[in-house]
Amino acid sequence: MSEAVQSATATPLLLVEDLSVSFRTDRGTVRAVDSVNLHVDAGETLAIVGESGSGKSVTAMSLMRLVGDNGTVDSKRVLFDGIDLGALSEAQMRKVRGNRIAMIFQEPMSSLNPVLTIGKQVAEPMVLHQGLSWREARRRAVTLLQRVSIPDPEDRLDSYPHHFSGGMRQRVMIAMALACDPKLIIADEPTTALDVTVQAQILALLKDLTRETGAAQILITHDLGVVARYADRVAVMYGGRVVETAPAHELYANPQHPYTQGLMASVPSLDGDPGKRLQTIPGQPPDLANLPPGCAFAPRCPYARDECRQAPPPLEPIAPQHLRACYGYE
Amino acid sequence: MTDTALPKTMPETAPSPLVAGARHPIVAFIQRLIREKPLGAFGGGLFLIFLVCGLLANIIAPYAANETNMALRLEAPSLSHWLGTDHLGRDLLSRVLIGAQLSMMVGFLAAGLATVVSIVLGLLSGYLGGRTDMLIQRFVDAWMIFPDLLLLIVVVSIVGSGMPQIVLVLGLLYGIGGSRIVRGAVISVRENMYTHAAQSMGARTLYILWYHILPNVMPVVIVLFTTRVGAAILAEAGLSFLGLGVPPPAPTWGGMLSGDGRTYMYMAPWLAIAPGVCLTIVVYSINVFGDALRDLLDPRMRGSR
Repeated sequence: MSEAVQSATATPLLLVEDLSVSFRTDRGTVRAVDSVNLHVDAGETLAIVGESGSGKSVTAMSLMRLVGDNGTVDSKRVLFDGIDLGALSEAQMRKVRGNRIAMIFQEPMSSLNPVLTIGKQVAEPMVLHQGLSWREARRRAVTLLQRVSIPDPEDRLDSYPHHFSGGMRQRVMIAMALACDPKLIIADEPTTALDVTVQAQILALLKDLTRETGAAQILITHDLGVVARYADRVAVMYGGRVVETAPAHELYANPQHPYTQGLMASVPSLDGDPGKRLQTIPGQPPDLANLPPGCAFAPRCPYARDECRQAPPPLEPIAPQHLRACYGYE
Repeated sequence: MTDTALPKTMPETAPSPLVAGARHPIVAFIQRLIREKPLGAFGGGLFLIFLVCGLLANIIAPYAANETNMALRLEAPSLSHWLGTDHLGRDLLSRVLIGAQLSMMVGFLAAGLATVVSIVLGLLSGYLGGRTDMLIQRFVDAWMIFPDLLLLIVVVSIVGSGMPQIVLVLGLLYGIGGSRIVRGAVISVRENMYTHAAQSMGARTLYILWYHILPNVMPVVIVLFTTRVGAAILAEAGLSFLGLGVPPPAPTWGGMLSGDGRTYMYMAPWLAIAPGVCLTIVVYSINVFGDALRDLLDPRMRGSR
């Protein structure tokens, strides 16, 4: 708690510079995240968008330094609230996890421990980080469950996860994430496993609660509709790199990277011509163990030139707040 | 606050699954055992009888185990000596009861030690993985090369026979072998999302192992424990039969079978029949019980048969 005091207003809450993650596998080294630069301002919702294998989840896990034994995280710096996370020891990092940065996972059905009661699991982060007794933490868990709109929270404390539906479990996960009043919440596809109607409720709840507490949010998703409604800014990832980043409305109005344009074009729309086939991006996502030397999107890009196949383009500003990694196609 | 609010709201708002689960889980489980696995429940009951007899042996045994009566040597079963007497006129029923006590002690202590060893090795090996896992597993491999009985005989020949060393050797023997089973269960639990969630919550490894992993591998551990009780009882009887177990005059079942039982087999067959039948029933009942537990507790076995 002591280091939580001063964060200069000008610097963002989270500043990621040159973050790379690689995994040793049987097929050689896989570079899942490659020189990613990101920032998240206080109170802001940043969406990271990309298809499976684009490195968005790994980016999130690497911020928490949870990439497993065969993964290596490299970065120039990961500055969170004035602290370089990359320089922290494992013990110091544990004090950040769940306390200053909390995480919500994709599968509410399996991210709660089936043999522990809901009360115990919601109380857990407060016992771990705030030194509360189980009894006191349990009392506060009631308030937390109330905040995520779980009816009769006192009665629910002694229920087990299998008594809950998917949406309810995700609410419990959100309550757990909020327990220690984190400054940043990372939500890794929080609604992928849920019904569409429940999805909207969960995202709205998440948005309300982060607004209430002033927490920033990184929302990882592949759903562009979700991005449009809930994100302030968007970073589009492809082949382990950020290819474009812009405020959400700007990105929708004016996508500048050929991959982003392809993504936007392939979203089905209700008022389109019903007989028209959905547009797709030709080719397949790249194999991370065997990335092309140049731009990862070049093999699928309609505008690709020789230059694109030699070295990956740097992420450069093309308008205020709008950056893209492309040599241009005009 | 919670305590006062609970009774008020519970009756009208609690949804049905909670009401159904309101019975104590152990009571509910025993009912399920009886309903779904009657043979297993029968085995469990049988074993329980022997366990109680063993626990109360000193109270319910009609005579002292080593009280000799030269006037009544090799007596056939009668009202005063329900199972007859041996060649020194000792009451066989009393000896079998005290023998049950010894068997239960060896069984539970050795299985308890084995379970602890299995849990520690299995958790570390399965959860930490990588190099730790490799080292532990190669050690387990090397250990399992030796046949159980051979190892037992060697140790007992070196340090002499007695209950503590038998418990220790059996405990280590079964514990190291059984760590494989715990490890397998841990590996499958480790990959569950809630383990990652606990990590992302800033829990330390020991905390995760104790609160998140262990409770989820308990079904496997419980089954492992029950099968090890039977195995340890049988192994102790085997050792005593060979004269390497708990030394005489302690009335072990194995010792009774090999000593008086064999010598007087034709004159007084009850000397061999009583401990032999007891041994058979105890090991059979605990194994049947263990099988039933496995079927009920292990989700992978659910629905098979």
